Amino acid sequence: MQAESKAAFKPMDDITKEMTIPKLFHSQAKKYGKDRPAMREKEFGIWRPITWHDYLENVKYIALGLVSLGLEEGDKVAMIGDNRPEGLWAEMGALCAGGVGVWLFQDSLIDEVKYIIDHSDTKFIVGEGQEEVDKAISIFHDCPKLKKIIWDDPKGMRNYDQDYLISLKEVMRLGRELEAEKPDLFEALINKRQGDDVALLFYTSGTTALPKGVLLSHYNMLTMGKNLMSVDPCRETDDYVSYLPFAWIGEQMMSISCGLQVGYTINFPESRETAQENIREIGPHVMFAPPRMYEQMTRTVQVKYLDAGWIKRKIFEMASSIGYRIADLQFGKKAIPFHWKILKWLAHVLIQKKLKDHLGLTRVRNAYTGGAAMGPDHFRFFHSLGVNLKQIYGQTEVAGISVVHRNGDIKFDTVGLPIPETEVRITEEGEIITKSPSVFLGYYKNPEATEKSLRDGWLYSGDRGFIDEDNHLVVFDRTKDVMTLKDGKPFAPQYLETRLKFSPYVKDSWVIGDRKDHITAVICIDYSVVGKWADTKKLSYTSYPELSQKQDVYDLIEEQIRKANKDLPELVKVRKFINLYKEFDADDDELTRTRKLRREFVGEKYRDIVDALYAEMDLVHIDTTITYEDGRKTHIKTDLHIRTVKP
Amino acid sequence: MGTEIKPGDVLLELDGIRMSFGIVCALNGISAKIRKGEIHSVIGPNGAGKTVMMNCISGLYHPQAGSIYYQGNKINHLKPHDRAKLGIARTFQKVEVFGGMTVLDNIRLGRHIHYKSGILRGALYVGQTAREEIEHRRFIEEEIIDLLEIEHIRHKPVGMLPYGLQKRVELGRAIALEPELLILDEPLAGLNLEEVEDMARFILDINQEKRWKITCLLVEHDMGVVMDLSDSVYVLNFGNMIVDGPPEEIQKNPEVIKAYLGEEDLYASRK
Repeated sequence: MQAESKAAFKPMDDITKEMTIPKLFHSQAKKYGKDRPAMREKEFGIWRPITWHDYLENVKYIALGLVSLGLEEGDKVAMIGDNRPEGLWAEMGALCAGGVGVWLFQDSLIDEVKYIIDHSDTKFIVGEGQEEVDKAISIFHDCPKLKKIIWDDPKGMRNYDQDYLISLKEVMRLGRELEAEKPDLFEALINKRQGDDVALLFYTSGTTALPKGVLLSHYNMLTMGKNLMSVDPCRETDDYVSYLPFAWIGEQMMSISCGLQVGYTINFPESRETAQENIREIGPHVMFAPPRMYEQMTRTVQVKYLDAGWIKRKIFEMASSIGYRIADLQFGKKAIPFHWKILKWLAHVLIQKKLKDHLGLTRVRNAYTGGAAMGPDHFRFFHSLGVNLKQIYGQTEVAGISVVHRNGDIKFDTVGLPIPETEVRITEEGEIITKSPSVFLGYYKNPEATEKSLRDGWLYSGDRGFIDEDNHLVVFDRTKDVMTLKDGKPFAPQYLETRLKFSPYVKDSWVIGDRKDHITAVICIDYSVVGKWADTKKLSYTSYPELSQKQDVYDLIEEQIRKANKDLPELVKVRKFINLYKEFDADDDELTRTRKLRREFVGEKYRDIVDALYAEMDLVHIDTTITYEDGRKTHIKTDLHIRTVKP
Repeated sequence: MGTEIKPGDVLLELDGIRMSFGIVCALNGISAKIRKGEIHSVIGPNGAGKTVMMNCISGLYHPQAGSIYYQGNKINHLKPHDRAKLGIARTFQKVEVFGGMTVLDNIRLGRHIHYKSGILRGALYVGQTAREEIEHRRFIEEEIIDLLEIEHIRHKPVGMLPYGLQKRVELGRAIALEPELLILDEPLAGLNLEEVEDMARFILDINQEKRWKITCLLVEHDMGVVMDLSDSVYVLNFGNMIVDGPPEEIQKNPEVIKAYLGEEDLYASRK
């Protein structure tokens, strides 16, 4: 039994056009029943398992409840809220009932919610609690297709009496009633659907325009999971921690596409703030996160390092230099000499074991990152710890990923090889195009965009890249993000930005230089790290704007930029920089919800700063108004210093 | 105890409370009736006697004249811990938490009066005592930590936390007592806007949720919050109660505006 349960995942042969997510869910739930936890949630300080049997029961009643509220085939059900079992039940319930799932980012502003709900023709919203319900209520009358708002957390909901509000419990009660009436309905509903039916409608974050609705079929999702799992098989005894937004395709891929097929346990943290701690408690076997999560981990380590005593710092330095050496040998596919193996063991015992434990990476077999560029510094850092971090390349339009690194064949400037059943080519213009069973059905209510992206079954990504001598795909930054200096020399701003961000003091960076003489940067300091640094230096400050403009902080940042500049060609070194008076924020449209910089927008918004960076000025005067989340406005009047980086 | 107090009945009554420190008269014959289930606020300029009034109720000070009735019984002579046993809890203007102890331990401490086991049984920690401990822990987790959204800091020493969270922990400790009456002495002072909104939400929760239904006596300077939350407002000035009534009336009262609210547009700007 033990041997059997340890067996790695074997790709399912029966992912055919007949198969749907609900059918697979149903058969897996029947197979595992009450024996295995499908998910775990930490609640009230305790990890509470939810068996496959419970998962099935809950999904069944939600599905039937939705039907009894009037859900018809193809109706959209939108979900908004934190990662929690109820969210996944609602999604699965909607799919089982024949509906289409739409996920929204929990921190979406009203306008975004309204746009997506209205554009997707959503009929039901399943929100978590009061906050989501408030958002939904405020748009209810602007979205005529919307019928009911469902909530599951009763906290703060005592004074709501709108007739279009209903609790998830009540929906499930309706489901039970319907089941008593028609006991075979649930299975009939499940069996009705086919693989090519639309399962999910996913809105892409869009760095440039309004979000587009990506239609993904059951077949898209399941083939995606199957093909990834055949590259890096997971086991049904594995653990996965779900803490990134379900509105991000990567999370859907891990929790639904892969999770359902393998049958591993999905763990939900207690709250967003406890995620890192909860990851450590679980020790997941597989991990998929955008670069910023890994960057955050690196930062945590760097900050702890700065805080540590001399001896600890020296041991860390020694261990990491061993780690880097080993990692470089592995990158170069060279054999590791015996004495390095001993040193590796030593470094592992002394530092890396403990460090990995603190980061929750002890049991990780495969860690993936994708969705944005990750700097080689970060990438090498994890490999030096012995974490098998891999780059992936993909997009919502292929239901997740299409290209991934293989074990023992990792190059940090590439994203690896296509997964099975996937063809990747480069057009004459250098655009990356993909063909696979996971390529999406089209954009919802947007035939022009569909026509542009989907030609003869090939997905045109808009990304530029090439295939290197090892057949690895190399992705440049988004086409529009490769820039040229005035003298025609191209450079990739994202690459420079990730280099700058390797410094723990730099939270965000924005590199400028398109059609200019040289390169400059706008830096957002990391308030807590720089703040702590300032405390030890006995610098007084009261706010972010004040701290960012301290001359000592400028000295600190200049030093960091000098480090980042070190190995770069003279022309693409950052020459001047400015510390911004605030952090970039998705609520101000400066970043997308997945925290990618919206270059065009910031270029427009901070035009004065850009101009000043290229003029012979030491100061730029800022006179602006900041709008807070709650609508309050503050007037900011300040002078920002411009600093030239000394060689 | 004794007669059952129903919502709307007077839970706490002050009758002619007088308290002087030397020649300074802090409270000059104050009378007030706090009704069960409501939120009553006390406002007034600095030095008006608000905190003295709270200290008289919680038993830190013993007034020189006048009577305090709680659930119909006179409690003038009772010590603070006896009043706590009756169901009166409080928080302080400047947080009074145990900085070296964890959040959980601070809240546990608030629960102390509900523990039945003594030191000896506690040391042995078997049977009844262990069960009791688990029961209390469940209460703290399910009712307090969840309500105040402090899961992420439960094992952190309180002294290391930012001020806003310390205030939350203090509130947690106070409600761990499961009080009937909760005195909140400037719960919003020193908090940023987001924290103010959270705290206001918590106060409404413990006042309105079926689970709690705690009567609140609030001392606060943030007029926006006071007017939004309160069922009734008392205005103190130099130890005298100028006026009391529902917030709408207080806002219009010319005497109050003169004594405390200042220029009329000051309040408008907070809105």
